[in-house]
Amino acid sequence: MVRQAGPARARPLWVVCALGLLAVSMIAGLLDGAADISPWQVVLQMADWLPFVHVDSGLAPVEQGLLFELRLPRVLVAAVVGGLLAMAGAGYQGVFRNPLADPYLLGAAAGAGLATTAAIVLLPSVAGSIPVAAFLGAVGGVFLAYTLGNTAGRAGGTATLVLAGVAVTSFLTAIQTFIQQFKVEELQRVYAWILGDVGGGWDQLWLVLPYAAVSSVLLLLHGRMLDVLSVGDEEAGSLGVRAARVRLTVLLAASLATAAAVAVSGLIGFVGIVIPHVVRRLAGGSYRIVLPLSMIGGAAFLVLGDLVARTVIAPAELPIGVVTMFVGAPFFVAVLRVTRRAAT
Amino acid sequence: MISAHGLSVRLGRREVLSGVDLDVRRGEWCAVIGPNGAGKSTLLKAVMGLVARRGEVVLGSRPAAALKPRERARLVAYAPQTPALPPDMTVFDYALLGRTPYIPYLGRESRHDRSVTESVLARLDLTELAMRRAGELSGGERQRVVLARALAQEAPVLLLDEPTTALDLGHQQQALELIDRLRRADGLTVVTTLHDLTVAGLYADRLLLLAEGRAAAAGEPAQVLTEDLVGRHFDARVKIEPGPDGRPVVHLVRGGP
Repeated sequence: MVRQAGPARARPLWVVCALGLLAVSMIAGLLDGAADISPWQVVLQMADWLPFVHVDSGLAPVEQGLLFELRLPRVLVAAVVGGLLAMAGAGYQGVFRNPLADPYLLGAAAGAGLATTAAIVLLPSVAGSIPVAAFLGAVGGVFLAYTLGNTAGRAGGTATLVLAGVAVTSFLTAIQTFIQQFKVEELQRVYAWILGDVGGGWDQLWLVLPYAAVSSVLLLLHGRMLDVLSVGDEEAGSLGVRAARVRLTVLLAASLATAAAVAVSGLIGFVGIVIPHVVRRLAGGSYRIVLPLSMIGGAAFLVLGDLVARTVIAPAELPIGVVTMFVGAPFFVAVLRVTRRAAT
Repeated sequence: MISAHGLSVRLGRREVLSGVDLDVRRGEWCAVIGPNGAGKSTLLKAVMGLVARRGEVVLGSRPAAALKPRERARLVAYAPQTPALPPDMTVFDYALLGRTPYIPYLGRESRHDRSVTESVLARLDLTELAMRRAGELSGGERQRVVLARALAQEAPVLLLDEPTTALDLGHQQQALELIDRLRRADGLTVVTTLHDLTVAGLYADRLLLLAEGRAAAAGEPAQVLTEDLVGRHFDARVKIEPGPDGRPVVHLVRGGP
């Protein structure tokens, strides 16, 4: 029997698998910690949090408070940040038609890093200056790369833009290092932020949520357009698509997602490469599949990454960025090898 | 159906195309020929508006400059010389991209878009391959899949840049026969660049010979494919004789130029 042909979309089985993985990792994330609470009690307590449901989990108020005020927001922030980074990576990959594109390759993360460092060092007393600075920095970094790539020559296309991004990243990182060495007394704070942290509580979550919602909706809506762009700007143009405009929109949305993620949790690398690549291999290459599944997969990945960061050297904690880099860097090399082999 | 007057394109400092006229009537097949670097591909891109150009282009009855990109895409379909087929995309999804000019910006394909694509695939004997990944196709299959994408656009004009590149003799013939059959069946207007002169003379109603960015000659195959014109502009020694159907056949002569 010939299968009914239809446009690419994520198959329900994959969505269910991804959501299942996310649920399991979130429960695992809630379970672990210094206090001894059983998995069953966590599930009961979670049910009790639901509106109109009253279940006695047998947990003391202190333990309930611990779960609700510390572990739950931490898991949720990790999930949101992971989803944002993975989706931003997929979006950049679509814009630049390059499977190695990532928030960290395009000046977005470096821009956010520089702006945040500047905010910590120069405006230490202004509350809430970090997220705003990170956002402006991320957008600024990408725009710098974008303009530089355009003036360097349109003929070079996507490669020029990525190279411009690398140049911008190096330059901004140099300035950032200069600023942070300049004010050594703030070094500790800067480093803590640079290496990533998702333990900021509910405030951190409310801070990131509006940006997360706007950028996710924008990115998810552009799945089909990114598929059109994948045939190249010229052919996309011949199909009546203003390729430059689509790229700019997706670029802005992905940068907003990056900035939101970086603002709350610092620099967490490689999520944007690892997750979309795995999704592409398993479920299909269309951006209508890659974007939504990356969002769910990235969330699960970072919740698990945070769990590892909290447990390997307990009671001390690893920065979560270290965990993702540990997984991501070898993965990056593997993707690079596959990509190069496909290109030759 | 298409007319262009005084088309000029400048890429960097170099004038790639200067003052070229092109007139193609409805249902006609026009082949653009010329030596390497004469501006053949640039001419197609200039007509499509994919490169910055000077000069007038009229598509159908409307000046191209007045058309929105989506409107233009419903009039003219274009296939580049080396189309990029995303290796992970299925044949069906690729052909479905041809429906883009009919789908709202953030919308999705309608049932009609899917059925048009399905019937185009059936027409080109691609139904069996619909769920195959583009990366797994042979050269001949790729060519047909690209043609399917262009036909799904349902545009009355097809601009095809070297539709037989990298195809062997048999597949070249199949591709050109297919284009000719579709052209006659649907009354399509076809403009192709072709580097094989005999093939160009065999299939096209009219030829346009470009040399160094200028139109060196235009007309019926017998008027353009002369030993003098081909010898001069291609820097080649050739012998041209009428073939069995009266159309010119170009032979290379050894020992030249």
